[in-house]
Amino acid sequence: MIGVGKIKQYSNVLDKPLSKGKQEVSLSAFAFLFSELVQYNQTQVDNISELERRLEDAGYAVGARVLELLCHRDKGNRRETRLLGILSFVHSTVWKVLFGKVADSLEKGTEHEDEYMISEKELLVNRFISIPKDMGTFNCGAFVAGIVRGVLDGAGFPAVVTAHFVPVEGQQRPRTTILIKFAEEVLRREARLG
Amino acid sequence: MAAIYSLYIINKSGGLIFYKDYGSAGRMDTNDSLRMASLWHSMHAISQQLSPISGCSGIELLQADTFDLHCFQSLTGTKFFVVCEPGTLHMEGLLKHIYELYTDYVLKNPFYEMEMPIRCELFDINLSQAIQKDRVALLGR
Repeated sequence: MIGVGKIKQYSNVLDKPLSKGKQEVSLSAFAFLFSELVQYNQTQVDNISELERRLEDAGYAVGARVLELLCHRDKGNRRETRLLGILSFVHSTVWKVLFGKVADSLEKGTEHEDEYMISEKELLVNRFISIPKDMGTFNCGAFVAGIVRGVLDGAGFPAVVTAHFVPVEGQQRPRTTILIKFAEEVLRREARLG
Repeated sequence: MAAIYSLYIINKSGGLIFYKDYGSAGRMDTNDSLRMASLWHSMHAISQQLSPISGCSGIELLQADTFDLHCFQSLTGTKFFVVCEPGTLHMEGLLKHIYELYTDYVLKNPFYEMEMPIRCELFDINLSQAIQKDRVALLGR
């Protein structure tokens, strides 16, 4: 075959193909940046739910872009149309790219038809963060919930996504669960598709 | 039979930001521990001036009849010191490890204000694990 084993030289930097880029970033650098993001938002809001909403919005922007990037890089521009397809995409591909590993588990909610849960022993963003007692149930994982919401919204599966701490017996630190509640239209469409 | 009596962390202005005692030998009430912190901060600073060798960075080890005091000062002026049984080994390594835990679980915590008392759950958990491992290693020998 012609050209095998030869690296093509590009005269114009704009003609070079987009590389996959460096796969890894220093965890400490990210931790400091994320810590500053939380601190900055804390100065702008009056209460905890506002802070959660702001972190979610920040995550939403990331999610929308991650979806576009991954569709181009990893899925060859194919679109997910089924619920389980998009959920396993988030659970495996998105998690692998963002956090270096697939999520711990993906479960369907038992009480409601429209609820699904992605669980992690400890979210990467929460690795170095200790929530003070007076902040109650606040979870910096709201950022990750925002990312998931951004991905689902962009893919055409509107949902309400929240992050919760779930205490586990025998362990000091609670697990984190990302709760995904899909909109009515998504379930109707899924039922129609059979 | 604890080899370590107590651990202190003081900020660059000499204020006590963390104090933990292990066992009754090192126990001090709040006022005494604050006094101890500022006393050590001043002694550390004076020793730098008194030293006959230029470029001295302060006291690293204080040995007495009933205890040893090992001190580690970071580049930013935060001092970590541990009061322990005379002759306890590997305290410098332990102090450096505690410094690493401090940089991870205190400094990367967005809810921690600089130079304020440390109230981070993750720091406490990991510190206990480090001391426990150290204790096991010492007693096992």
